Amino acid sequence: MADPMVVVDDLHVVYRVYGAGGDRGTAATAMLRMLRRQRRPSVREVHAIRGVSFVAYRGDAVGVIGRNGSGKSTLLRAIAGLLPAEQGTVYTDGHGALLGVNAALLEDLTGDKNVILGCLAMGMTRQEVKERYPQIVDFSGVGDFVNLPMKTYSTGMGSRLRFAIASAKSHDILLVDEALATGDAEFRQKSRRRIDELRAQAGTVFLVAHNLAEVEENCNRVIWLEKGRIVQAGDDVPGIIDAYLRASGGEPRVREPAKA
Amino acid sequence: MSGSRTGGRGQLSAPGGLSGRGQLQGPGSLGGSVTAGAETADGADASQNTMVPEGNLAELAKQYGLKPSAARPPLIEYIKRIWQRRFFITGFATAQNMAMYTEARLGQVWQILTPLLNVAVYYLIFGLILNTKRGVPDFIAFLVIGVFIFNFTQRSFIISSRVMFDSLPLIRALYFPRACLPLGYVLIELQQLVISLIVIFATVLAVGQPVTWSWLLIIPILLMQTLFNVGAAFILARFGSGFDDVSQLLPFVVRTWFYASGVMFSIQTYNNLAQHPVIAKVLQYNPAAIYITLIRDALLRSQQQSMPGSKPFSHDLCTQYYHPPPYTAQQFGTHANYEKFLARNLFNSAHCHAVVAMNNLWLFGALWAVVILVVGFIFFWRAEVQYGRG
Repeated sequence: MADPMVVVDDLHVVYRVYGAGGDRGTAATAMLRMLRRQRRPSVREVHAIRGVSFVAYRGDAVGVIGRNGSGKSTLLRAIAGLLPAEQGTVYTDGHGALLGVNAALLEDLTGDKNVILGCLAMGMTRQEVKERYPQIVDFSGVGDFVNLPMKTYSTGMGSRLRFAIASAKSHDILLVDEALATGDAEFRQKSRRRIDELRAQAGTVFLVAHNLAEVEENCNRVIWLEKGRIVQAGDDVPGIIDAYLRASGGEPRVREPAKA
Repeated sequence: MSGSRTGGRGQLSAPGGLSGRGQLQGPGSLGGSVTAGAETADGADASQNTMVPEGNLAELAKQYGLKPSAARPPLIEYIKRIWQRRFFITGFATAQNMAMYTEARLGQVWQILTPLLNVAVYYLIFGLILNTKRGVPDFIAFLVIGVFIFNFTQRSFIISSRVMFDSLPLIRALYFPRACLPLGYVLIELQQLVISLIVIFATVLAVGQPVTWSWLLIIPILLMQTLFNVGAAFILARFGSGFDDVSQLLPFVVRTWFYASGVMFSIQTYNNLAQHPVIAKVLQYNPAAIYITLIRDALLRSQQQSMPGSKPFSHDLCTQYYHPPPYTAQQFGTHANYEKFLARNLFNSAHCHAVVAMNNLWLFGALWAVVILVVGFIFFWRAEVQYGRG
């Protein structure tokens, strides 16, 4: 078997949410609270990941499925090292790149500046950026929009450019959080090829998607999360997806004969 | 370890899927399950996880040289990574600076126009309406330098307290040393200051002060001020990432500091302060006041000539500076003569004792810069992995 790339050992992640209701939120109640030396009641802890363990290997594409709020995005952020763990550890080899839907980079700046600065931030040299630049812009397919500020982009264009930037550097770990959902059919084809390339270069890809067909086509392993715990995880991708569909009250996926 | 995980209940595919998942919540409440240790997968866990190999996971990771993903890099390594991204920092600062005015019709012109309008307001209020000299020669140039130099520190402080919060999308998307962000934003302010320097130079020349070699001293002074601002930006960026209270309170703190730093009056020669030497010393040793006084001394010859301590002490002349004699016809003749006397008398402050001597201002300016930079950098670095939490 290939070398392990990501080892998640009994991971717990707790968010602290401020301003989560519970109090009328007026200045008077806040003063009273300070006088009584109470903690802010509006601070709530959300235990988003509760003891998740698994190992992913070089060349794996791991799909993460589950309902909204089941901890999928949190798990990816923890793997990327962007969220500290409450308990347990994520072991990786180097830093991963995380791609999310709302992960706008510098939205006041032009697409062109975003490409350059994004690449520099990832640690490329100026020479490398110059070499990769045409490739990145071409891959993103934003065309002339590259000279406009990113805030003028449509959601799909933005996510295409972000995917192009983040996948420009050969990361060992690429974490894709619904970032392909807003792209068009052509872009999905392109990004699927890019994911395959990364896997072929012995990288590891994590894919969060509500589109189960996307997971089934791209991934060789799948993790089903529910309320921050693993329900099923393994390489029986169709089996786990069907179990997930049954549990959420749906029908098993109808697959084309060639796939089944 | 893995045995208990994989050997749970059977399939979770029973028709009553919802009740099946209900069991997943288990009795383990928030605190309980965290303290339960590595073996959280007890009987209540219904998971079927074939992605956990036999054996200790931590040892497996160690065997293949994997490192904790949220680990803080060692200090030296951290500095190396920042240096590696120097073009990101400068590119980021320049691009943000350019983008700052894209919404305005006049665009980049505002970079010059804003300082000019500020000068016009201060000239109107302090120069014409209040007609105050406040015991300082070339008061308008003195004031303009104070306002712009303080503005550099003030804006660095206020922006850096929000930088980690404002940059969350970038922080959560890409990994890079987070210290690049406060560094980049102080650099933006430095670029703005360099543009404002044109206005400062113009004002100094307009009041009739000559260009001298001592103008070159502003390079080391601004370097010290920048290092101090960067260090303070690190501290404020870390505080500001934790709670919003900092950025709410900061404007008031900074405004108090503005009044205490001798922007509109001279700490060294202000009459009321002369009677409270301890307060005057405390005010003059504050970093903003140090850098402002040093820049004024470098750019204005009239400051060099009137700086207390720059000429031999003379009790009589110093007293005359603080308490000039009233106008009398037999002593001064015409009123025009009296005005000339008062203008000359402004320079007699040079015969007083210095609140803090120039040498000490340089020494403490450098000390503030180095100490705050080192302390701030280490303080910021220690929370490196926390900034994505938001």
